[in-house]
Amino acid sequence: MSKDTLADVGMNRTGIKTSPVDSKDIIAEAERAEPSSPGDARAIAEVRKQYMREAGDGLGRVPPPASLKGMAKTAVDMLKGGKPTVLIDKLGERLAFERTGVRLYEGALSKLEVFGSWEGGPSRELLMKILDDELSHFALLTEALEKLGADPTAMTPSADLTSVISMGVPAAISDPRTNLRQATQALLVAELTDNASWELLIDLARGLGHDTLADRFTLALDAEAEHLALVKGWLASGVATEARAPMDSASVPAQP
Amino acid sequence: MALDLFKEKGVPVERQAFTWKDLVRRPYSKMDDDAFTRTRVILMNGIEADALRMKHIFARLSLELRPHLALVRRAEHHQQTLVNWLTPPDQKVIETTLGFEQLAIEVTASVAIHEPDPYLAQTYRFGMLEDFDHLYRYSALYDRLEGQDPNNITQSYTDIIPGRPTSVEHRHPLDDLRRPYDRKAADPLSKLHAMTITASEFQTHDYYMTVGPTFTDPVARQLYAEIASIEEQHVTQYGSLMDPGESLLEKWMLHEAMEVYNYHSCLAYETNPRIKEVWQRFVDYELGHLHYVMELFKSLEQRDPAEVLPRTLPEPIAFKEHREFVRKVLSQEVDMRSDGTEYVDKSQLPPDHRTLVYQAQLNSEGSPSETAAAGYKWRPGTELAAKAERMGSVLEGRRLQ
Repeated sequence: MSKDTLADVGMNRTGIKTSPVDSKDIIAEAERAEPSSPGDARAIAEVRKQYMREAGDGLGRVPPPASLKGMAKTAVDMLKGGKPTVLIDKLGERLAFERTGVRLYEGALSKLEVFGSWEGGPSRELLMKILDDELSHFALLTEALEKLGADPTAMTPSADLTSVISMGVPAAISDPRTNLRQATQALLVAELTDNASWELLIDLARGLGHDTLADRFTLALDAEAEHLALVKGWLASGVATEARAPMDSASVPAQP
Repeated sequence: MALDLFKEKGVPVERQAFTWKDLVRRPYSKMDDDAFTRTRVILMNGIEADALRMKHIFARLSLELRPHLALVRRAEHHQQTLVNWLTPPDQKVIETTLGFEQLAIEVTASVAIHEPDPYLAQTYRFGMLEDFDHLYRYSALYDRLEGQDPNNITQSYTDIIPGRPTSVEHRHPLDDLRRPYDRKAADPLSKLHAMTITASEFQTHDYYMTVGPTFTDPVARQLYAEIASIEEQHVTQYGSLMDPGESLLEKWMLHEAMEVYNYHSCLAYETNPRIKEVWQRFVDYELGHLHYVMELFKSLEQRDPAEVLPRTLPEPIAFKEHREFVRKVLSQEVDMRSDGTEYVDKSQLPPDHRTLVYQAQLNSEGSPSETAAAGYKWRPGTELAAKAERMGSVLEGRRLQ
């Protein structure tokens, strides 16, 4: 079993040069026709702005702390002048992202089993390690939210937004037509976001006086930084391997 | 106060106007609004879709009714748009799907409880257990595809556990047909129920057929294909409850009454004031449609609408959890199967029964619903929560070599 890659030559009908005669004809006709109404692409922006002004509460809100103890703790934060819901919202976001991350690496492991790896590419052990890290980060965030009296099962607005932003990542990995190299490209998107978001979370926690929490998050960031370096390396070597392959070869052979 | 269908005239069809801005308004919140607001939006989209579908088919069958159908249908198309566009754009397809199944469970349960005819009530209980299982299968898929918690959508109103396994729901088409109610003898509520559930299942079928291919995951594509097939069976089942002896106008008039009934039920339970206003407006619009058709019924069929319609609307459909009822039905009727139009225990079907032969062939290359939910147990925070607990947090600082 083999898998063609992004860069193999074949029939592709999307370009204008595929149909020289017809394209000339439709270009001429499009040039002759006038738009039905005046204006430009800014008209769309006007409608968007109108809806933004009427958007009310936005996506949704952060749920109130679940336990009495947590309420007391949150009240202390409020006295310090902080708005604890911001931290809870971002913790909820990270938790959801890490949990989704586990599913992403499960998907990558399936790709590895079918398509195999390449020189400098991911091994099963490393993929498993990252998966385990994501799980333990999920556990860390659950614990942190519980300590703050928040409900770790709640979907916070930032968790929702992040899942909308990254909707394509699980879709790219679960597509049976993509190989491990292409899945790595999707993992890169996830890891870049992950790193930047942990950095932000650490600053936020420290700023609110949660130093112990921030220290523990720094360990998570260390692990994430390594994930990012690994994924970048796998992708670089994967692309290079592909580019060096002869024009007519299918570059990624499957392991039995 | 019960709504008097004969006294309340609503808004006349010619005054039912919309603008694009009116049609595309602020959606509800996926996270902050009650799960039943989501299910009501789904239900009413389905009811309006059915109103359009029925009117298009009737227009093919009757030149006389065609202009009248066109007039009312246009208003209903825009009602459907306004309702369906209340769906928030951050609600993913699979999340809307969970909403569809929750709706099917809770509304069918309410209908089963209030249905006066025992055979019809049994049909609703039978179908409900199947949709109940679909919620469990899609929940497993949601958890396993994205690592997300299905209860974020269902909000602890509905159990996420297996029902009658989807893999055994596949029946020979002739075992999905049911005995219709008798148009002269049936309680008007029975007619409203049959139309409501048929409409709801029809939209579920159409939705799954539309969104199934948008998934990249092959198990998701298979699961939507499998459950869409059951929804087609459900449409066959519920659609066959209706008496084919009703005239087109009689069916149309009943459908409008059913639409009033459904909007009125939504209105009774809605907690979001912006959405409540929509339900109130459309109760009034549907009353306008109903009276339009009542006049046609009198003039074209020379019949009194009171022969067919209830004077006042029955108790609203209950948009609330029915866990106790569902659990009881599950424990008593999960092994029910269907043989022609009748219900029997699974032990009564001979091994060469047409349904078993049909089922074995369909499942012969594997069962998507079994694959998606293999070993699945929902728990708060997804099935990964248990694994994460065992794994422990990064207190010691996990490092890669």
